[in-house]
Amino acid sequence: MSEGGLTREDAAYVARLARLDLTDEELDTYAGQLAAVLEHAAAVAALDTRDVEPTSHPLPMRNVLRNDEVRPSLDRDEVLAQAPAAEDGRFRVPRILGDAP
Amino acid sequence: MTTDSSGGPAGPALAIAHAVREGATSARLVVERHLEAIARLDGELHAFVSTLSEEALRAADAVDQQVADGGDPGPLAGVPVALKDNLCTRGIPTTCSSRILEGWRPPYDATVVTRLHDAGAVVVGKTNLDEFAMGSSTENSAFGPTRNPYDPARVPGGSSGGSAAAVAAGLTPLALGSDTGGSIRQPAALCGVVGMKPTYGTVSRYGLVAFASSLDQIGPFARTVADAAALFDAIGGHDPCDSTSLERPSPRVASSLDSDVSALRVGVVQELLEGAESSIVSAVHAAAQALAEAGARVDECSIPEVRHALPAYYLLAPAEASSNLARYDGVRYGLRVDAADVEAMNASTRAAGFGPEVKRRIMLGTYALSAGYYDAYYGQAQKVRTLIIDAFARAYQQVDILLGATTPTTAFAIGDKVQDPWAMYLSDVFSVPSNLAGHPALSLPFGADPAGLPIGVQVLAPALGEATLFGAAAVIEQAAPAPSTPRLSDESLLASPLGSR
Repeated sequence: MSEGGLTREDAAYVARLARLDLTDEELDTYAGQLAAVLEHAAAVAALDTRDVEPTSHPLPMRNVLRNDEVRPSLDRDEVLAQAPAAEDGRFRVPRILGDAP
Repeated sequence: MTTDSSGGPAGPALAIAHAVREGATSARLVVERHLEAIARLDGELHAFVSTLSEEALRAADAVDQQVADGGDPGPLAGVPVALKDNLCTRGIPTTCSSRILEGWRPPYDATVVTRLHDAGAVVVGKTNLDEFAMGSSTENSAFGPTRNPYDPARVPGGSSGGSAAAVAAGLTPLALGSDTGGSIRQPAALCGVVGMKPTYGTVSRYGLVAFASSLDQIGPFARTVADAAALFDAIGGHDPCDSTSLERPSPRVASSLDSDVSALRVGVVQELLEGAESSIVSAVHAAAQALAEAGARVDECSIPEVRHALPAYYLLAPAEASSNLARYDGVRYGLRVDAADVEAMNASTRAAGFGPEVKRRIMLGTYALSAGYYDAYYGQAQKVRTLIIDAFARAYQQVDILLGATTPTTAFAIGDKVQDPWAMYLSDVFSVPSNLAGHPALSLPFGADPAGLPIGVQVLAPALGEATLFGAAAVIEQAAPAPSTPRLSDESLLASPLGSR
């Protein structure tokens, strides 16, 4: 990460992690805007929180599990009808693995 | 039923339900009249993404049939209601105002939608929002902005801007929104209506398209506090389909609205007035004065930690969003842009389907969660969240409710803040603390600024303090100046919601 901001390369790395195919122009815009928001976050980053527990959730809840009983789920055909591509009762996607070496 | 000082129903929704159940009017007449108003005014207002005329008339007829058969169609019998378009409706397009979900028809109804049907309410349409509820102006909608009924050159607020504008303009007496950082209360303030975010876990999120799961709550919009309370009662209560739903009986707040506030201790939070326009500060003090005159003890108080809420929120909410929105990958629903391999297909689909603000939040959240920055940003923001919760807990040892402004400004002009994300984010500065804490909060209209634009006063309560919250809001409402009629509205429906002609 460069001093005092984000470079286009930094933004491109984040975009790759987020699976966003962004143009160079978008990368430059977001690099600048992210840096501006992170400047405001600096005050938060500077607070002394050594003995403070993090809050991930406002409710004091543990994992909630339902009873293991058979019950109807969504209709497969109704769900697949909304997919961009389906085949043989499954979602169809482009190639995931490359050619075998 | 909650009544006003003259003994009549204390709001247009209650008046409609009362009349329909008594057979004094029909649900069909009421719904037809509202659909006509939508057809006439929404071309300019653009509060709705879709209207559901056929479905609504069918539902209205079913309500009328129940009344004719001597049955009870429910507490919201025949009352039109609009749904923010991030609430799933089975077989009916649910867009989140995003290209990536255009044309998607959910295979199930959100729990709140089922509960509305059970209460006899009639869904008339789905309202515009900032894409995936990310924004404070409804300008981030892929379908174009919604206008403020008081001044069409101004924003209605956001992200539930369509719901707020529709209620303000008289196109529906009730609407649902979702509030992650103020997305119900801020547009309610800017449009001069009542908007309420419930305690986290009191209203099921099943079927609400997720933005930031630890912050999101569905809540009511209405023109009066009593109507909002009736809608909250209809949608609340435990739902086994939402694992974050509280296991407790359904809340009933509508019956507590006339509650005595003479024993109430009220704190006016200085930090929730900092930087607010002077007319807004005056309105909050006038609201506090109304409670004092009703016998409550009112003091000023200070909660300095809430100053950290906005920067913490804009790390936590984007982080959760970046994770939640990973599901839009071109595989199971919505848009797909074809490419040679699956990763390229994912990345091109997301680039084509998401708008600029959603991309910005995903980038920000992904960065805050990435290796090397997680502790400094996301982890630290989670600790600041604890500091804010602890600070509220200390404040609530001294007082029962808190008062502040809902927003620092009244409605701003369309286009004013789109180039400067942080300026836009500042619209939420007074509303995000309640989301971080998981607490209920309500905005109600209280007068106008010198330009005639509505002002919102915010009432905050501790977790599960809804009865106190609505009770205090009802007392403030009695003292509020009578609202003016919005420029873009159906005046006759605002005056007479039964739709008699």
